[in-house]
Amino acid sequence: MSELKLALKRAAVGAILTSATALAFVAPSVSMAAEEPIRIGYIDPLSGPFANVGDAGLKQFRYLAEKMNAEGGILGRDIEIVGFDNKSSAQESLQMLREAADEGIHYVTQGNGSHVAGALVDGVEKHNRRNPDNRIVFLNYAAVDPTLTNEKCSFWHFRFDANSAMKMKAITDYMADQPKIKKVFLINQDYSHGQFISQAGKELLAEKRSDIEVVGDVLHPVGKVKDFSPYISRIKASGADTVITGNWGNDLSLLVKAGDQAGLDVDWYTYYAGGLGTPTSLGKAADGKVKMITEWQENLAVRFEADELRSMLEEFETRYDGIEFYYLRVKTEMDMLKKAMEKAGSADPKAVAFALEGLSIDTPFGTASMRADDHQLMQPLFMSTFGSDFLEYDSEGTGLGWKMDAEIPADQTAVETSCEMKRPERTS
Amino acid sequence: MIESVVFSLLNGVLYGMLLFMLASGLTLIFGMMGVLNFAHASFYMLGAYCAYSISQVLGFWGALVLAPIVVGLLGALTERVGLRNVHKHGHVAELLFTFGLVYVIDELVVLVWGQLPVNYRIPEALDFTLFSLYGSDFPAYRGFILFMAVAMFAAIYLLLVRTRVGMIIRASLSHPDMVGALGHNVPRIFTFVFAFGTGLAGLAGVMAGNYFITEPGMAFAMGPIVFVVVVFGGLGSLSGALVASLVIGLVTTFAVGMNYSIADMLASVGIAFGQDSVLGINLSRFGPMLPYLLMVLILIFRPRGLMGSRES
Repeated sequence: MSELKLALKRAAVGAILTSATALAFVAPSVSMAAEEPIRIGYIDPLSGPFANVGDAGLKQFRYLAEKMNAEGGILGRDIEIVGFDNKSSAQESLQMLREAADEGIHYVTQGNGSHVAGALVDGVEKHNRRNPDNRIVFLNYAAVDPTLTNEKCSFWHFRFDANSAMKMKAITDYMADQPKIKKVFLINQDYSHGQFISQAGKELLAEKRSDIEVVGDVLHPVGKVKDFSPYISRIKASGADTVITGNWGNDLSLLVKAGDQAGLDVDWYTYYAGGLGTPTSLGKAADGKVKMITEWQENLAVRFEADELRSMLEEFETRYDGIEFYYLRVKTEMDMLKKAMEKAGSADPKAVAFALEGLSIDTPFGTASMRADDHQLMQPLFMSTFGSDFLEYDSEGTGLGWKMDAEIPADQTAVETSCEMKRPERTS
Repeated sequence: MIESVVFSLLNGVLYGMLLFMLASGLTLIFGMMGVLNFAHASFYMLGAYCAYSISQVLGFWGALVLAPIVVGLLGALTERVGLRNVHKHGHVAELLFTFGLVYVIDELVVLVWGQLPVNYRIPEALDFTLFSLYGSDFPAYRGFILFMAVAMFAAIYLLLVRTRVGMIIRASLSHPDMVGALGHNVPRIFTFVFAFGTGLAGLAGVMAGNYFITEPGMAFAMGPIVFVVVVFGGLGSLSGALVASLVIGLVTTFAVGMNYSIADMLASVGIAFGQDSVLGINLSRFGPMLPYLLMVLILIFRPRGLMGSRES
């Protein structure tokens, strides 16, 4: 017995000694914390049916981080993007948020799905209330539900994509200037995103062009419809000359293809026709007929002679064969984060969040600024048409590309917000 | 009015026939072997992807012939190496085996062809308008799909009922020992049936892959609805599958075309109901749910399906 006790004692002493020496080695690195990388948690689907989209986004973040690091990083520190797989689920995302917090990550970014973004806003708010010394800032690069910068707005959330209301405003502003549009049909996916477009589309059209007749308004289940022909028959029967849809992925490709096969001659106004894989599945069915409203498409870099962007997108696409440089807003997000950290002089989440408010940067297409009222980025938007008439870059090797129709300056995209921002005290 | 009815009919029949192309192989395998093949839609996806790869070299017509054969051979391999060994452990083991196969094939497809949709196009020769009706075009490729589906039904039916091969196949199911005693290789007949069934799924993939979109989610999207068709028509019944496919195709299509709600109907007979309640929801939004509702109803009132002969 006593021998065993002795052995235990020895082991304990040994352990203490080892950890003490370990501490001695670790201690200097604490004072050099500034040298540690600034980590950004990327919470998006990396497995499951939307893994391709999540993976492409991650690649783009990593590529831009690498570029930034080559130029000295932020405040002399490197940027590191840490991928967290949320499997497109809000529940899973909160788990990932907790994991990111445990790893000491102060910045998370997400984009795919407003239901996820909504959960993350709540999760971040809750986390920051409970851990005032260890706060998290949520940078949203693609979730467009307007409520996130209205009713549900949060000091810790910043949105770098134009929200759905702004896009709808831009689309209807553009449509108002097209005298040939007489009859409009709305077809959307049956969930908050599609329902919002259907409602906002009708309201805005009535306001701007009361002579335009809304001849149809249909909601269909998300991702369940294989054959869109019956819907096409309805569009045809309505005599519509223009269709507005917020559909994405297969729901968009199948819809447009079915229309093409039935000889339906309409203009399609979309949000997501440029989405990953969509140009491939649309192909020539979309030639000259499909428009989209975005902050970016590759031929804008040619038109605005943005040489830095051109070399970036070419390098990116050569490296990741087949994946396009899809998000200019990811670059905007990273650039603004850098500028905010430099302005704040630290990577402290609260200081950076305050620095981001009202911050603006120059992009090749104009100024982008983060509206302080609701943390919504104001940036120029563009209406483009998919077809054989494009400047230089085709999409996904289809031989068809995007051509700019109109530029909507940042100030004209603004939509009022109902947000009443609750800010923490600056000094605490 | 007549216009929309005609279109709904055309669209419904076409969608129904596409469903039938997929369901025929599934019901055949079940009817002949008693194996419920969960991975059936995965073979359909393989058919579309093989057709895409083959059509790059040999064109669409080469793919139309070769892709179903390739998929059929893969099916034969699956049966010979996998199912036959699992068979002795009973139906649950078989079910689990095909269930696992779904995920294996899904991942393989992503590994080989990637996550993104592939550019599998309708052949030039069939890319024209067959006829126009009330200003809407009816593409030739849809006509071709209809033709192929009808030809497929006729061919399978004749093969099973009118030929010696069909007779032996049917006999192998009901009297395997007797057929074996007569010198036929019963296990090989089962392999053949499984290969034939998966080949049919492959053929459906070749036809539908370019009409819809060839992407890794296509098996998952098609799987459940095919099961509905087979259960509704009666497991193992070819004519049942045909009728069920058409019924489900037509019901879904007609529902989409309906632009009024139950509340509207009630209002027309003088019962006022709030448009905000569930009854105020447009009927077209229920459309895609109807097949599943039909399946639930038939399982309650006629568990063996429309024309099924099996009790369980």
